[in-house]
Amino acid sequence: MSERPISRRRMLAAGAVLSASGVTGAIADDLTGNGVPFKPNSATFPQAADISGGYNFFSQAEAAFIEAACARMIPKDDLGPGAVEAGVPIFLDRQLGGEFGAGARWYMNGPWPKGEKTQGYQSRFTPAQMYRAAIKDIDDACAHAHNAPFHQIAADQQDAFLKGLESGSTSLPNADSKAVFTMFLQNVIEGFFSDPIYGGNRDMAGWKLIGFSGARYDQRPYVLAYNKPYPLPPVGISGRPGWTREG
Amino acid sequence: MAQALAKTDVVMIGFGWVGAMMGQELTDAGLNVVALERGSWRDTPTDFATTFAQDELRYYWRHELFERLNHETLTFRNNDGQTALPMRHLGSFLPGSNVGGSGVHWNGQVWRFLPSDFLAKSHNLSRYGKSAVPDDMTIQDWGVTYDDLEPYYDKFEYLCGVSGKAGNLKGQIIPGGDPFEGPRSRDYPNPPLDMPYAPMLFAKAAADMGRHPFPHPAANVSRPYTNPLGVQLAQCTYCGFCEKYGCGNYSKSTAQTTILPVLMRKPNFTLRTRSEVRRIELSPDGKTATGVTYVDAQGRELFQPADLVILCAYALENVRMLLLSDVGKPYDPNTGEGLVGKNYAYQITSSVNVFYDDKILNPFIGAGALGMMCNDFNGDNFDHTGLGFIGGGYVGLMQTGARPIETHPTPDGTPTWGAGWKRAVAKNYLRATTISTHGAVMSHKQNHLDLDPTYKDALGRPLLRMSFDFTDNEHKMSDYLTDRAAEMGRAMNPREIKVNKRKGSYDIVPYQTTHNTGGAIMGTSPRDSVLNTYLQSWDVPNLFVPGANAFPQNPGYNPTGTVAALTFRCADAIKSHYLKAPGQPLVHA
Repeated sequence: MSERPISRRRMLAAGAVLSASGVTGAIADDLTGNGVPFKPNSATFPQAADISGGYNFFSQAEAAFIEAACARMIPKDDLGPGAVEAGVPIFLDRQLGGEFGAGARWYMNGPWPKGEKTQGYQSRFTPAQMYRAAIKDIDDACAHAHNAPFHQIAADQQDAFLKGLESGSTSLPNADSKAVFTMFLQNVIEGFFSDPIYGGNRDMAGWKLIGFSGARYDQRPYVLAYNKPYPLPPVGISGRPGWTREG
Repeated sequence: MAQALAKTDVVMIGFGWVGAMMGQELTDAGLNVVALERGSWRDTPTDFATTFAQDELRYYWRHELFERLNHETLTFRNNDGQTALPMRHLGSFLPGSNVGGSGVHWNGQVWRFLPSDFLAKSHNLSRYGKSAVPDDMTIQDWGVTYDDLEPYYDKFEYLCGVSGKAGNLKGQIIPGGDPFEGPRSRDYPNPPLDMPYAPMLFAKAAADMGRHPFPHPAANVSRPYTNPLGVQLAQCTYCGFCEKYGCGNYSKSTAQTTILPVLMRKPNFTLRTRSEVRRIELSPDGKTATGVTYVDAQGRELFQPADLVILCAYALENVRMLLLSDVGKPYDPNTGEGLVGKNYAYQITSSVNVFYDDKILNPFIGAGALGMMCNDFNGDNFDHTGLGFIGGGYVGLMQTGARPIETHPTPDGTPTWGAGWKRAVAKNYLRATTISTHGAVMSHKQNHLDLDPTYKDALGRPLLRMSFDFTDNEHKMSDYLTDRAAEMGRAMNPREIKVNKRKGSYDIVPYQTTHNTGGAIMGTSPRDSVLNTYLQSWDVPNLFVPGANAFPQNPGYNPTGTVAALTFRCADAIKSHYLKAPGQPLVHA
């Protein structure tokens, strides 16, 4: 083994060699001997959605489809608000206009042959591109069949159309209908049940519907409360309305 | 041309659980260690604080703690007759990135494999005869025994502060523990977690049927704990955000919460983040690793010379790095020649949902390894005569926290959306629970890893190509486990159950487990293994490759406990033997 000790002096020496050879800062990311690094005010807080100002990503026509489809996916009923009332359309708008819509973390290099079902998503569309292409295709198909865009046809016709996408029996010219539906259903559920800071689950409507306690971090008093209703209202990352009431 | 840095004793590729353990052990031996991590530093107060850690959308569905596939992914096909295509977004498994690796977002399920698991081939042949292991099932004995690993399992459990109940202390069966486990030298460092209602309902039904339920061994600490390194963990608060999340409460054992506060203070340890290793460099004769070439955050290529190279990235990346570095011969399933990439295996899982009308279960209260488990059908704990398969898995009811985007079970016949779906979700969420099965995958001639001929990563290197499918053995075994789980579910006296068998070909889309194993396996001979039993490369003796890549096949338990035990054994061998004769094989072929 090479001589020891010790790394600090050797790393300084390495730095000197690098400077001489024109490579500087090569060890800028070195963490040596000073304990765990901590910088104040460097926490990676979540990026909350700004829900003011209406739609940013969807056009007016696209928003009309999204609102109509969301109302069929999770309707408002005697149990409480549906996806529209819970803000899911705005959630989708902000998601599709951001990192998710851009497929920023996805592998998006070709080639793009059609794959087996077990190989997963193989479209060259990012989610944002997929929604754009699919909504246009859907409204075109509805115009062809019913002389009206999706949001203007009857609810049972809308349901039938969505079922056709889900099963794949309705195909779209520019997007894979099953892939479109799978993504849409997933994103609607995300918008209904995610933390309210992202624009959906407004007033924690999704969480209240089912009884989820939200972003609570200490459940110790309730672990052994067998068969007892949970006594606390849900809470989000930014608290709940009762914490921020004015006055 | 890469610029050369000053030589170090040891360079490590990757800095997750295994890197932290190796770093701690080898710096203790006085070596100068440099760890190269492609990702960034992260820690509890900055990256998953309690004020924002419980965020299902951000961490699970938007993958914030996981590998970024735009940088690197793999390609997948079920068999060699198909064209492998890229995994474009994450699904079936969730490799990590950044400091702490996948260990940051694990559940904390800490298992020991069964003594017979380490003798998978010889044990099954001797008990069931030659037909039990078909020709295309390429299982092997590990070359180590349970007894070899027992001290190292123990070391990891005490490092983590595992909460559990021993079932076999030095051969004596202890009521309330797992009677099937191998003998332990001492009990777990912490008592079991408090057990919620649903796992207790399962445990009662299972016990009434003659099964042997016991609390899941959990790296979620049940009381304040100071580990042997002097690092303190806090009592778990059952917040229900372990699996796929970082723990804000210092209650889940990770590199950050058990090792790094000590290791990061050592002057002979350097962590170099944002440093992605391109390849391991070899001497002209190919028998010695001279160091590694890596790319730093500015995109510069640097050469880090070292006497000893430890490849300790995720199992899949370890295999790819060997292939990219021309260490060993790639496996060809058609000729049977070569070994790197051979015996890739996974896990086969299924579940049974249990729906009550009259019981409130509050399923959002949870912890990653909180539950009651049965090993009656794991490994060779039951007679397989006439069943047509070998191996098994555990059946248990875990309450890991029902984050609602992921978990909102509905009974058979429920629509997937619309008013009927909404009504069913609202009715069942608080009154439903799930029994899981977690089965072994035997290695198979056709299941393997190699380099993809078409698709490249962000550095222009070939992606790993995974060719994998479940075989008859897995399906028969998983169906058998699922049937047992359904019996137990019915015995819990619910309104109804829903049985979710694993059908058809392996599908990379739905999440299953991050338990990818094999590809650079251990063994007793260079004829049938890439690594000796100390995880030392047969071809390049100053290269060690600790990780689940070493598993010859994947038993019916979560892998981390065994990865850790093999790693500690590897570190011990380096310290006690290798350093006395550096560069020499610890086992002569």
